[in-house]
Amino acid sequence: MAIRWLAILPPLVFLVGVFFANSVTPYVMGLPFLWFYISACVVFTALVMIVVYLLDPANKGPELQD
Amino acid sequence: MHSAALVIIFLTVVIALALGLMAARGKQMNLEQWTVAGRSFGALFVFLLMAGDIYTTFTFLGGSGWSYGVGGPTLYILSYGSLAYVLAYFMLPRIWRYAKTHNLISQPDYFHQRFQSKALAMLVALVGVVAIIPYLQSQFTGLGLIVEIASYGSISGVWGMVIAMFVIAVYVTLSGVRGSAWTAALKDIVLLAVVLFIGIALPLHVGGFSAMFHKIDALKPGFLTFGSTAMGIPWFVSTVLMTAVGFYMWPHAFGAVYTAKNERVFRNNAMFLPLYQLILLFVFFVGFAAILIVPGLTNSNLALMSAVTKVYAPWFVGVVGGAGMLAALVPGSLMLIGASTLLSENIYRPLSRNATPAQVQLVARVLVWVIAAITLFFSANSNATIVALLLMGYNFVTQFFPAVILGVFTQRGANRTGAVCGILVGVIMVAIFALTGTSIIWGLNAGFLAVIANAIVVLAVSAATPGAAVIEAPATAATPAD
Repeated sequence: MAIRWLAILPPLVFLVGVFFANSVTPYVMGLPFLWFYISACVVFTALVMIVVYLLDPANKGPELQD
Repeated sequence: MHSAALVIIFLTVVIALALGLMAARGKQMNLEQWTVAGRSFGALFVFLLMAGDIYTTFTFLGGSGWSYGVGGPTLYILSYGSLAYVLAYFMLPRIWRYAKTHNLISQPDYFHQRFQSKALAMLVALVGVVAIIPYLQSQFTGLGLIVEIASYGSISGVWGMVIAMFVIAVYVTLSGVRGSAWTAALKDIVLLAVVLFIGIALPLHVGGFSAMFHKIDALKPGFLTFGSTAMGIPWFVSTVLMTAVGFYMWPHAFGAVYTAKNERVFRNNAMFLPLYQLILLFVFFVGFAAILIVPGLTNSNLALMSAVTKVYAPWFVGVVGGAGMLAALVPGSLMLIGASTLLSENIYRPLSRNATPAQVQLVARVLVWVIAAITLFFSANSNATIVALLLMGYNFVTQFFPAVILGVFTQRGANRTGAVCGILVGVIMVAIFALTGTSIIWGLNAGFLAVIANAIVVLAVSAATPGAAVIEAPATAATPAD
């Protein structure tokens, strides 16, 4: 279950990282840096949750249907 | 031919109503089926329902309006959903399981069962309805604007709202939540196509993405980041925290949790729903392009529709307006179902003990119309922006979070007295903020401060009144895997 602690990363990149990313420059992919950064955080969140999902034992085995 | 726009919007509404009727046909509708569709939806429909919750008039018109009007702070809308899904991974499976074990239908049922308090459940129902009204109002406001602009001024916004109210209420009465799921499928496809198209075409129209941002930055230095307004980074952090934890506290979102087929659906969603958020960017791009296409609008909610009307032919204004109609119809119908179920199941039924299920169902269906009419009244008499309305609803609904999270993850962290006191303190603070027009205190979102006060009260009162501690935490129903 330790893998679930990875889920602490998304809040950190959004809410702490933003203090270091509040800038228009440099532009990345046509976006102001802050806009690129927050978009990258969204993608990062999905990647983290894919890792958590795949390694979390709660998602192993047959689904508990009813 | 300006009327082409209205004709296309009208056809969209007819298709949505037909889908709702088809979904309802051949099904015997009891209250449980009407609201939670017999718990038979698979991952796809839950995905569409939950995604349908996100893409509303709020994001479509409100989001583009905010990028047009305030710039950088709009990024909160892109951020909070992702964090809400991370939290959902851990919280929703437990809530779903608890709801399933106890056959819960609505959000207050959860409080009733968990804290063994009928009064708390009624309080939650009431606060839920109070929160839904500004949310629903934002949908009506948006629909009114769409009809007004798509008719090129020949139908007033108020009549647009009246039409919208009838469409939503008829739709809900006929089909319930299954209708929402079918229309959500249509809406997601149409909206995705429309948003991607205008989100790319309008920035290209003003010289391309990079050029567009450079022009805006030169025009309004600081506009694209935090700090040019009172909404700085502390506002962003506190608003994202408040809205992320409040995301699933909406009665209709909490109720949609129960419709999942199994608990793994929520963990699955946490992988893919954040990516879906990225199409919000294209809505924001429309607002930015509108700064250069239609500068100086006094009502920023009009940014998207005004830019589209200025650049494109009437038939395409109709397509965009139709998409906007669907964007309001799906969440609007879920909210109406949520509010009418809250009042009929959690206030009417406990107060009239010998009501038959048929009577409760009748009351629910009548209440759909009553709530729609009340919301229409507020909408017609308000000038609030769409985002401000949504944030006001969030201020109320997030007050459930401290009691829910403590109830889900701890045995004794919150008891009934603590939960009641905390919610009351939070709601009273929020009501005062609403009446005095306070949205920012010390650079922080005012609603966030109310949640903090609420959480402190829940913990303190629960610790001081151990006698009222209850009983069966959801964790006791956990499978070994979780």
